[in-house]
Amino acid sequence: MLKFLTDLLTLRWLTGRRFVIAVPFVWLVFAFLIPFLIVARISFSEVDAGNPFGTLLTYADGIVNIKVKIANYLFIWGDELYVLTYLSSLKYAAITTLCCLVIGYPFAYFMARARASLRPVLLMMVMMPFWTSFLLRIYAWKGILANHGIANHVLMALGVIQEPLHLMNTPFSLVIGMVYAYLPFMILPLYANLSKMDMRFLEAAADLGATPMQAFWRITVPLSKSGIIAGAMLVFIPAVGEYVIPELLGGPETLMIGRVLWDEFFTNNDWPMASSVTVVVILLILVPMAILNKHQAEQREGGHK
Amino acid sequence: MKGSWIQRWFGRGWLSLGYCFLYLPIVVLVVFSFNESRQDMVWSGFSLRWYSELVKDSEILSGFGLSLRIAVLTACSSVLLGTFVAFVLDRYRRFPGRTLFSGMASAPLVMPEVIIGLSLLLMLVSVQKVFGFPERGLTTIWIGHTLLGMAYAAVVVQSRLQEMSKSLEEAAMDLGCKPFQVFFLVTLPNIKQALASAWLLTFTLSLDDVVLSAFLSGPGSSTMPLVIFSRARLGLDPRVNAVAAITILVVSIGVIVSSIYLARAERLRQKQIAAAFKGDAG
Repeated sequence: MLKFLTDLLTLRWLTGRRFVIAVPFVWLVFAFLIPFLIVARISFSEVDAGNPFGTLLTYADGIVNIKVKIANYLFIWGDELYVLTYLSSLKYAAITTLCCLVIGYPFAYFMARARASLRPVLLMMVMMPFWTSFLLRIYAWKGILANHGIANHVLMALGVIQEPLHLMNTPFSLVIGMVYAYLPFMILPLYANLSKMDMRFLEAAADLGATPMQAFWRITVPLSKSGIIAGAMLVFIPAVGEYVIPELLGGPETLMIGRVLWDEFFTNNDWPMASSVTVVVILLILVPMAILNKHQAEQREGGHK
Repeated sequence: MKGSWIQRWFGRGWLSLGYCFLYLPIVVLVVFSFNESRQDMVWSGFSLRWYSELVKDSEILSGFGLSLRIAVLTACSSVLLGTFVAFVLDRYRRFPGRTLFSGMASAPLVMPEVIIGLSLLLMLVSVQKVFGFPERGLTTIWIGHTLLGMAYAAVVVQSRLQEMSKSLEEAAMDLGCKPFQVFFLVTLPNIKQALASAWLLTFTLSLDDVVLSAFLSGPGSSTMPLVIFSRARLGLDPRVNAVAAITILVVSIGVIVSSIYLARAERLRQKQIAAAFKGDAG
């Protein structure tokens, strides 16, 4: 026992390997795990401006009382606003993913089929916008889509429209902004996949009498399935929880969960409610994602064996 | 494979339209930073007015100073922690809690930032209640950015560690190097390019972040993105265009210089490898 204690105090247990694991582990537990436990804990407490942490456990007359308030959760379930917001976040994320795929797939395809000397430049030009501020690029769309913005000026000068169109703060401007921001996330995995494709399959298909269209749909697309899935995940997951784009480009009717959470926290100052919404988001959106992710990883590993 | 004439032109057209879409906002920002009028998005003549107003804008300038300090701190701490994470994930296949560890290490990549910000803030508030620190401001924003940056840095470093051949490290070990010597003398020089790109990535990530900073900043500690964001919510501000144009200039120069440098380093490496093989043969 004494030896155990002295070992513990003199850090003799701390081998190099343990140290390398412990440093990031401790950090992650403190910066990531504990905050989530606190959120889960607060989500069960009452609104109390003075003490949002409340007390779940009270000890009186020799009896431990556990006070768990699930009112917040019942409220979320009962209130149409929250249910609609979840559905609408999923809807906009799905639309964004689909648009990115429709634009991004041919883009990545033609990139991968471009001259080999040109490809690094094309690739760098896709990545370049990443390095310039995301916030500023989204802000720029405000100027383009505003009522007196560039899009309306150009369309009116061309005689396409007589009156300026109302584009800003609509579902349209929201989707434009989201597609714009996430398009590179779709293009890059698709490009990585398509540029590695074995062209002999296509030659074989052509030799066997397939038209280019048939070869594309029956060979190229199925072979790029993993790239499509990777790109769709990279777009869909962040799109669901997006806050900045809906706030700057969306309108009052474009409900997104990130924005509702933000308002619950900053405007209504209702920390327990915001915490409950957080817990539900994690359960509803992220747990299925994690399961899907794990399933795919297992499939990949299974495929290699 | 040579496609038909129509296919080639369709491909070129699609690519050009795609790049136009990606670069349109950037061009708009730069062009309209030189616009004279305050009136939104109507070109009324060339002027440097907004640049001179920017120099006088103390809110943006002090925000920039804070952002820069946080970004440097974040990049350093993220690369340090990210390297630890990458090393653990790549080298230590079995230890208690590995699933939890790898889950936590990559979770910040998929968690909505609003959720990370909210939960970190609630924890920091409770820590502050008990210990009286940290004050909300630079330190708390730094903690938040490091959580996110570490996850990105780990991905970059881990992919380099994976492709690095283990035989070099084994050789060093056989020759009697201690594990930490192996790391500093063999592993580190091999992954230094990945460390540099991870540093730049987390630096820009931190310099640009709005959501985490909004949750974790305190009174009087607004980073530049927070200042820009609050103005962008209200409407258009030509000074923001000037900020954007300067950012874009700096980034373009940085990307061009670093890509030339990297290409040169790669050529040098290939040459050295070729020379080594020649030496082997001789």
